[in-house]
Amino acid sequence: MTKSPSSLPADIAALSFEDALMELEKLVKQLEDGKAKLDDAIMAYERGAALKRHCELKLREAQMRIEQISVSADGVVSTKDFTS
Amino acid sequence: MSSSPSLFDPPRAGANTPEFSVFDLSTLIKKTVEETFGLVRVRGEISDCKLHSSGHLYLTLKEGTAVLASVCWRGQVGRLGLRPEVGMEVVCTGRLTTFAGQSKYQLVIDSMALAGMGALLKLLEERKKKLAMEGLFDAARKRSLPFLPRIIGVVTSPTGAVIRDILHRLAERFPRPVLLWPVAVQGEGAAEQIATAIRGFNALDPARRPDLLIVARGGGSVEDLMPFNEESVVRAVAESKIPVISAVGHETDTTLIDYAADLRAPTPSAAAEKAVPVRENLQIQVAEGGNRLIQAIRRLAQDRRERMHLVQRALGDPARLLEPLAQRLDEKTERLERGGQRFLERRAARVAEAGGRLRHPRDLLRLAAQRLTNTDQRLTFACRTFLTPRANRLETLGSVLTHLSPRAVLGRGYALVQNAEGQVITSAAQATTGSRLSIEFRDGKTPVRVEP
Repeated sequence: MTKSPSSLPADIAALSFEDALMELEKLVKQLEDGKAKLDDAIMAYERGAALKRHCELKLREAQMRIEQISVSADGVVSTKDFTS
Repeated sequence: MSSSPSLFDPPRAGANTPEFSVFDLSTLIKKTVEETFGLVRVRGEISDCKLHSSGHLYLTLKEGTAVLASVCWRGQVGRLGLRPEVGMEVVCTGRLTTFAGQSKYQLVIDSMALAGMGALLKLLEERKKKLAMEGLFDAARKRSLPFLPRIIGVVTSPTGAVIRDILHRLAERFPRPVLLWPVAVQGEGAAEQIATAIRGFNALDPARRPDLLIVARGGGSVEDLMPFNEESVVRAVAESKIPVISAVGHETDTTLIDYAADLRAPTPSAAAEKAVPVRENLQIQVAEGGNRLIQAIRRLAQDRRERMHLVQRALGDPARLLEPLAQRLDEKTERLERGGQRFLERRAARVAEAGGRLRHPRDLLRLAAQRLTNTDQRLTFACRTFLTPRANRLETLGSVLTHLSPRAVLGRGYALVQNAEGQVITSAAQATTGSRLSIEFRDGKTPVRVEP
């Protein structure tokens, strides 16, 4: 799983984590049902694998950057790093 | 008016009591009142309440038959923490002052609080009803929280445990970018700051705008939590396009923004828990999904393979399947060939037959000749058959005739006499004298004349 995000289909890359996970589970259930046509099943599998990769990428984006809003006297909103 | 000799004033008891000028007395009263009542808390019901265009608030407190004129200067009105209304039972803190020009005194209010829990709760209950009537708390207004927010906006004090608890809990579960909008969470101007922060987050450009807000405050007295009951704050929460989690005070505290918020968390830490899922769990879930995906496709492939084998077995060896067919094909071919042959033979026979019926002219001639000969022979035969008996008979008859013929007797000496006309003369009478007769003998005729 060292593929770059660009190897994901555009429609999958645009999915939110939740939607991607939901679709992955749906595909898994479909496949586990075992009723799909083989061609469809293979397509579902490939899509599922891409969804999984997308989810993993989303989970890797776990940075905690904390900023603080400051409003200047003339009402301009800016941000600065938060220090507690 | 200065004091003067008591010329017109008859002496009375206590005439040596010092006499004040009105101004002096007023000043003294002012001094006394302001020193004595420099800081008082007074409880009463608001019976009159007017906000002057100058921004100062004039109100009357009463209890029974007693009234107390009060004023809240413009600068303080915004910091009261509540909006005075007629009928409110309040405890005001301030100082008494006199107004010499009208011989009046009044209370200058610094702060005001609702008198007792009951009154406060009654006020909140009424405000809640009013806002609920407007639909601010409708379930239909609630937005669902993002499953995994991109940026979390937090409205709270930048100092203290609340922000630390939230950040700590977020870091534990799923670290996310956090944007803090620092506000005062109690006291003067807190409500305004909180409402401004919520609106401010909504007004940020989309790239920086959080997709989830947490409005939080730690535990405190009911009065401390009052900013979160303020109508302006409740409205800001209700109007927020970004989903809001409210987390004010402890679990048992309820403020009005809890009703307007999309989700109420009992504590700031709980708000962080509601805000993000646990990353590890998701990683496990995704990994499980991936494994199940692989298992499922393998099982599916295996299932298809087994089914294929089953069908294959049921189908048998293709060669064996083909053999009877090949055999049938051979049979058919053979029958076809045979059939063809017979067909040709039949045709040939018919041709031969037809050809046989077809005669060459030479043959026809030959046949005709044959028939002719044949007919000729038959004719000859028939002639013979026909003629022979007749000839025999004729001969017989001839012979009979010969016997019967007169000439037959000629040989025996008889003669035949005929006249010239050939008539047979059978009587002497016919043989007249001189007539010429002919006597026929056996061997010829001799003319004679009857002699006289």
